[in-house]
Parts: sequence; C-alpha cells; structure tokens
Amino acid sequence: MIAIGHYSYWITVLLMATGLYIVIARGNLVKKLIGLAVFQSSVYLLYIAPGKLIGGTAPIVAEGFRVYSNPLPHVLILTAIVVGVATLALGLAITVRIREAYGSIEEDEVLEADAGAPGCDGTP
Amino acid sequence: MSPVQLAALAVVVPLIAAPAAVLVRGATAAWAIATAACGFAFAAALMLATDVAAHGTLSYALGSWPAPWGIEYRIDALSAFVLVLVSGIATVVAAFARRSAAAELPADQLYLFYAMFCLCAAGLLGMTATGDAFNLFVFMEIASLSSYVLIALGRDRRALVAAYQYLILGTIGATFFVIGVGMLYLATGTLNLADMAGRLAGVPDSRPVLAALAFITVGVSLKLALFPLHLWLPNAYAYAPSAVTAFLAATATKVSIYVLLRFYFSVFGAQVVVEDMPMPQILLVLSLVAIASASLVAIWQTDLKRLFAYSSVAQVGYITLGISLASPDGLTAAIVHLFNHGVTKGALFLLIGGIAMRAGGAATLEAVRGLGRTMPLTSLGIVIAGLSLIGIPGTAGFISKWFLVLAAMQAGHWWLAGFVVLTSLIAVAYVWRFVEAAYLAEPGPAAPRAGEAPAAMLAFAWLLVGGCIWFGLDSSLTVAGARRAALLLLGGAP
Repeated sequence: MIAIGHYSYWITVLLMATGLYIVIARGNLVKKLIGLAVFQSSVYLLYIAPGKLIGGTAPIVAEGFRVYSNPLPHVLILTAIVVGVATLALGLAITVRIREAYGSIEEDEVLEADAGAPGCDGTP
Repeated sequence: MSPVQLAALAVVVPLIAAPAAVLVRGATAAWAIATAACGFAFAAALMLATDVAAHGTLSYALGSWPAPWGIEYRIDALSAFVLVLVSGIATVVAAFARRSAAAELPADQLYLFYAMFCLCAAGLLGMTATGDAFNLFVFMEIASLSSYVLIALGRDRRALVAAYQYLILGTIGATFFVIGVGMLYLATGTLNLADMAGRLAGVPDSRPVLAALAFITVGVSLKLALFPLHLWLPNAYAYAPSAVTAFLAATATKVSIYVLLRFYFSVFGAQVVVEDMPMPQILLVLSLVAIASASLVAIWQTDLKRLFAYSSVAQVGYITLGISLASPDGLTAAIVHLFNHGVTKGALFLLIGGIAMRAGGAATLEAVRGLGRTMPLTSLGIVIAGLSLIGIPGTAGFISKWFLVLAAMQAGHWWLAGFVVLTSLIAVAYVWRFVEAAYLAEPGPAAPRAGEAPAAMLAFAWLLVGGCIWFGLDSSLTVAGARRAALLLLGGAP
C-alpha cells in the first residue's frame, strides 16, 4: 500500500526515464529537445508533490489554521520553469540556425555533412 | 563600504552590466562596460579575499532576510580563492576581447557578445558566492545558457552543433543537480548549505541522501567534464570564438569543481563521501583514465584549440585526482591546480586567439609552421605556458604537480606519484608537436604573414603567461590560499 500511496513519485520516475530516453535515443534535434522538456517537467513534479498536504491550507498564522501546505516548492519551481522555458527557446533557436547552415535537423545527417572536414576527428 | 556588501556587489555589478551593454548598443561602449564591470568584480574579490584571510568567513543576507530563511552569500577561504580566479580571468579576457571579438564576430552582434559575456561571468561568480543550493542552480543555468550562446557565436557552422550538444548535456547535468538538491531539501527541509550540513547529521534514514549524492555527483561531473562525461568539451572549445574559449576553459569547469568540493566536503561531509561511500575510489579511477586517454588523444589532434581542449580534460583529471585523495595535501594540490591550470589555459587560448586572427581561420598545426619566426612573442608565450602544462620547475604547473606527488606519497601510493610523472611526459609529446611545427618547420603556404598579433591582444595574453611564471616562482600566495581552503573543507582550522 505504501508503494501506491506515493504514486506521484512513480509518475515522476516514469517521466524522468521517458524524457531521458527520448533525449538519448532520438536523432531528430527537435525531438531531443521535447525529451529534454519532459525530463525537466518530472523535476517540477518531484518538488511540488511533497509540498501538498491533504486538507492543508495556505500558511496563515491565525486561529483554526493548523495544517498548511509548504509554498516554498512552488516558488522554486516557478524559477525552474522559467529556466526550462529559456533552455527550450535557446535550443530551438540553435536548431533553426543548424537547419539554415546544414539543411537538416537529423543528427546523423548533420554530423555526416562535416565528416572529413579539417580538424574534425569524427567524434560527436 | 564594508567588505560584506562587496560579496553581493561582485555578482550584481556584472549582472547589471549585461542589460546596460545591450542598451548602449555601440561595440566600444559595451566593451568598456563589460571590462569595467569585470574589473570591479576583480577588485571586490581581492578585497574579499584579504578580508576573509584576516577575519574568517563572511556572510551577507540578501534583502536582510537572515540566513536559514533568506538567501545567504557566504564567502569563505575557498569561495574567495575561486572568486579571485574567475573575476581576474574575466577582466583579462574582456579587455583582450576588444580586438579579438571584432575580428571574429559580425560588427552588429558585438554588443550582444559583451552582454552574454557579462551574464556568464555573473553566473559563475554567483555560483561561487552563494550559500544557497537552489540559488546555485539558478546561477549555474545563467552561466550555462549564456555560454551556449557564446559558443554558438563561433564562425564555423560546427560551432552551432557543438553549442547544441553542450546545451543537451549541460541541461541534463543541471537537471541531475537539481534532482539531487530536491532530495536533500525533502530530507532536511532547508536549502541553505550550512544549515543543510547541520541537519543532515540528524537524518535517520540516509538512502535519499545517498541518492542525492549520486545525482549531484553525476550532474556536476557533466559540467566539469570528468571522463567519460567530457564529450561536449572538445567541440565546444574548438569552435567557440577565441575569447570565449579562453574564458570558459579557464573558469567554467573550475567553478563546477568548486561546486563538487563544496557539496562533498561542506554539505555531505568527508565522513559520508570518503568513508561510507566509495567516492574516492570512483574518482580515482575516472581521473586516471581521463589523464591517460585525453593526453594520448591530444597528441593526434591537428587543430591547436582542439589539442589543448583535450589537454583540459586531462588536467581536470589531475584536479579530481587530488580530490580523490581527500587529504589536506591532496585537496591543496587540487585547489592550487584549479588556479594554476586556469591561468595557464587562459594564457594558451588567448595566444591561440592571436594566431587565429592572423591566420584568418582555425589555428591548425599546418598554419603555425614557422611561427617561431613570424610571430616570435606568441610562440614563446605558448612554449612557456606549455611548459607550465607539463609541470617544468619554475612554472605554475610544477607547484601543483609537486603537491600532487607529495599527497600521493603521503597516502602511500608510490605508483600514483610515478603515474603523475609519467603522464606529464605525454604532455611533453603534445606540446612538442607545437614546438616542432613552430620552430623546426619552414613556413608553409598557410602560414600567417602579417606578423605579430596586435599589441592590445598580446599584452593581455602575456599578462597571463607572466602569471604562469610568477605563480611558479612565488607560490606563497596561491599555496597559502589553497591550504587554508583545504583545511576549511576538511573541518580543520579557520
């Protein structure tokens, strides 16, 4: 029962593994970024879920408010979401530039295009 | 102004300089703002370092919210030491960038380059100054995002691919780090590093704490390019603009090493990291492989930036080797090498920037044929910095290798001392490849004809070359600072 009780952690782990798998397994530069976004989202859940107490209220110091939810994780994750959006935007911008320079956003085709160029030993 | 406020100003001034550089638009004005901001941070860092050496740890409460609740900036012997390195290199590189960046970047993007440079410096300084785990993550992302942009500015289209790969791996690293911080927060209920360290002792079930240690180790190792997580580094360094390569090579990986030291010894404590977990053994093996493999790969490179990028992976290995010994001497060696290697690599990449400018492209071994005659000062500088990489007596590199060998022998690992000396010989091989091309070969058709790099660039590069010699002859400042930091980490005096 304990394992089911903490189901939000299972979802976190699932999202985390899914996102990381997409980043590693996919060769398309946009799909990689989508995987990265999923991976980062799992962290938002990891922080926010433990902050909520069932029946908890906002942290108000007054009579009748005894159980409250922790607001700090929300604030932290708000910052992390901004960071995630900035990362995704920058990643997509670089992908656009790669498309302009190489005419492709498939990783193997992009690396292929530069193979044999001077100073390149072919490693990714 | 009291020194405590300088702790915040050293970070805030470069941070504000970034939008200021965007607003003024002019390349020269933006350059002046960036250089002045970095120079201010350097002056502040020097004052902080003297104050910390005299009076001990400084603490600044942001917004006057006291420490465990508000964000605290905490300057101790270690962070002051790293602050001086980062801000010093940032100042020299910013001053150098005026001619170098103008030659390598489109004129209408120069102000954006300086804005990103300021953001990157502010991020790295913030990572060093802050005493709050989540604040550290935010600064890490500020520094990383701006460095992806800086790398993508490179002339070669492969710079874009390198920036993309660094973005993917860097973000995975930062996310691993923040997962670790989240687990620590769940276990302790605090984000203040000092407070966290105190509360970790009282956490009964340590499984989540050990998972946090694992996540933070992997995440930060990606950032500091520990073998085998270094794959992003050679391309990123090789295709970035010269000034960016010099700045990142000298500071970015070093600040990540600082974060690793901070979490290992200030938060988890030597007890957990060294005795309960096999961290030293893991670090030791990875460092040995990093040193041997990256040094060997460096020998076969034809592009100078790539060659010294692989050498950086190897040199990071020496630093983590010092950490893995986890003794006062080992940590002193690691921290002193962090500084010496930063100065040495900064000098090398600035000089290579001069060659790239004159060669009008990549500084390949083909392009530097006969360089000893066409650019004598640049060649001599590279040879001196190269000797420092090898660890010849009289250069900064010797001091760090000396302490590393000393620490290895104290730990009873005689073979390790032999290994350090032996792998230094591989460094001789890759530095020799430059010497052979520059001094023994006739100038080829690709050789730069225009003579020395502009004096405004050469002077700043030679400032760092001078540093390589100065810190090799008079090691009292660096070694004393590093030793204080090492003792602080291991819970000894100050």
